[in-house]
Amino acid sequence: MAFEHLIASGLCAFAKLLTGVRAVWRTTEPLPRRRIYFANHRSHGDFVLIWASLPSPLRRRTRPVAAADYWLQGGLRRYIANRVFRAVLIERAAKSGRADPVGQMAEALAAGDSLIIFPEGTRNLGDTLLPFKSGLYHLTLAHPDVELVPVWIENLGRVMPKGAVVPVPLLCSLTFGPALAVAAGETRDAFLARASAALLALAPPAD
Amino acid sequence: MSMSLQESLVAVFGGIFAVLAVASCIGALLKWRLAPGASHATVDNLNSRIRAWWVMILLIAGAIWIGKGGIIALFAFISFQCLREFVSLTHTRRGDHQALQWSFFFFLPLQYYLIAIDWYGLFSILIPVYAFLLLPICAALGSDTTRFLERAAKVQWGLMICVYCLSHVPALLSLEIIDFAGGNVLLIVFLVLTVQSSDVFQYVWGKLLGKRKISAAISPSKTLEGLIGGVLTSTAVGAALWWMTPFLPWQAALIALTINVMGFFGGFVLSAIKRDRGVKDWGALIEGHGGMLDRVDSISFSAPIFFHIVRYWWVA
Repeated sequence: MAFEHLIASGLCAFAKLLTGVRAVWRTTEPLPRRRIYFANHRSHGDFVLIWASLPSPLRRRTRPVAAADYWLQGGLRRYIANRVFRAVLIERAAKSGRADPVGQMAEALAAGDSLIIFPEGTRNLGDTLLPFKSGLYHLTLAHPDVELVPVWIENLGRVMPKGAVVPVPLLCSLTFGPALAVAAGETRDAFLARASAALLALAPPAD
Repeated sequence: MSMSLQESLVAVFGGIFAVLAVASCIGALLKWRLAPGASHATVDNLNSRIRAWWVMILLIAGAIWIGKGGIIALFAFISFQCLREFVSLTHTRRGDHQALQWSFFFFLPLQYYLIAIDWYGLFSILIPVYAFLLLPICAALGSDTTRFLERAAKVQWGLMICVYCLSHVPALLSLEIIDFAGGNVLLIVFLVLTVQSSDVFQYVWGKLLGKRKISAAISPSKTLEGLIGGVLTSTAVGAALWWMTPFLPWQAALIALTINVMGFFGGFVLSAIKRDRGVKDWGALIEGHGGMLDRVDSISFSAPIFFHIVRYWWVA
């Protein structure tokens, strides 16, 4: 395990050096509570950056949710996803046999871990947010005691846009917003829209 | 020159270290008297600024001690950091990725390499001519017309301010000044010290007397009293440093006045950009100072002017 910690520290240090990432905690604090961090998704490095910005004791209890089809390709990716990040790997294609992503995530929460998820479901190439998948709603209904913390990731999509080979060394920032919860009697769509708005509210002003 | 280069450097850096030591003592005393063991916004900011000054001065002293290579490497790093901060804050799009790669990994290193090999003819037109024409071609090949002119202008502006203008500081080393052989590094010390002290004195005079804002829309901290007091005080500093330059005292004063005014407007122009983007600082690299670009905006605007003044009147 010590070796995995070493690799994790190395990857975090590299990510911080490349992106100069700065974490801004707005009204929330980095506390050792069970949480679901949900963020906008532009780059494969997104969860690394959130993970790297957490204090190390929290990092050990926080698992990113990532796509199995990407992270199980090849031994190195598989090793990093499973052993270093302890990722919860989910199948995105509905046709596969084990397609209960929400169940897998709930399992991790039940074991006492926090999660990093990207409710847009895929890397977003546009300027605003894609409609959120419903998993966020079902998870928070099943675990009402878990805090939902929105995290806006700024600039990482520009450091390494989809298809680029060489990253551009721009500075990235993470903004952690106030936690939110499902209100009594709130419908799925209303909650997802509110969660999406809470995340977008952390973005810097557009041009 | 009446003094040798060595003696001049020892004198000027000895003076700076003495001033910083006094400043550190005053800062510690203020902390002890006003807020022992507690936080105090103004005093803590003052102390972190003084600490940042120590780091910056030691870095410059180290670069000078290493020699030309050290100075070029230091300013190449400063340019790199400034360009990062600049582009991070101005929104480019995916179609600009290639143009940005060229800016960071080709034009920036090449600009400093040209200074290292003293190729003035290419160094002075690389970014205003070649980058100016080639980068929009790259961006256009990205096939995204959204805000195209604005994006192309932003990338060019970033390169001009952060790389081209700043690179004129180490370029001072390549000037062949009559009766001043080997002393060029003192021109860098003169420029940096004069312009940076102007920033400090503007801050001090502004805090003491500042009433009339020059433009509330652009910067709440820039006042007319701060500007006049700061520029005049640091013009006196520049004039007092005439002995280590090829200038006569009145020439040193006039040049110091010119670069201080340019330096002030450098900070002013970049404040307008920051204001437009809704931020106070370019970054958080230097504690108490914001980003790198917050620290060198005044040098960026004054260095090319200083370079050409010296090149026109003092170079054989």
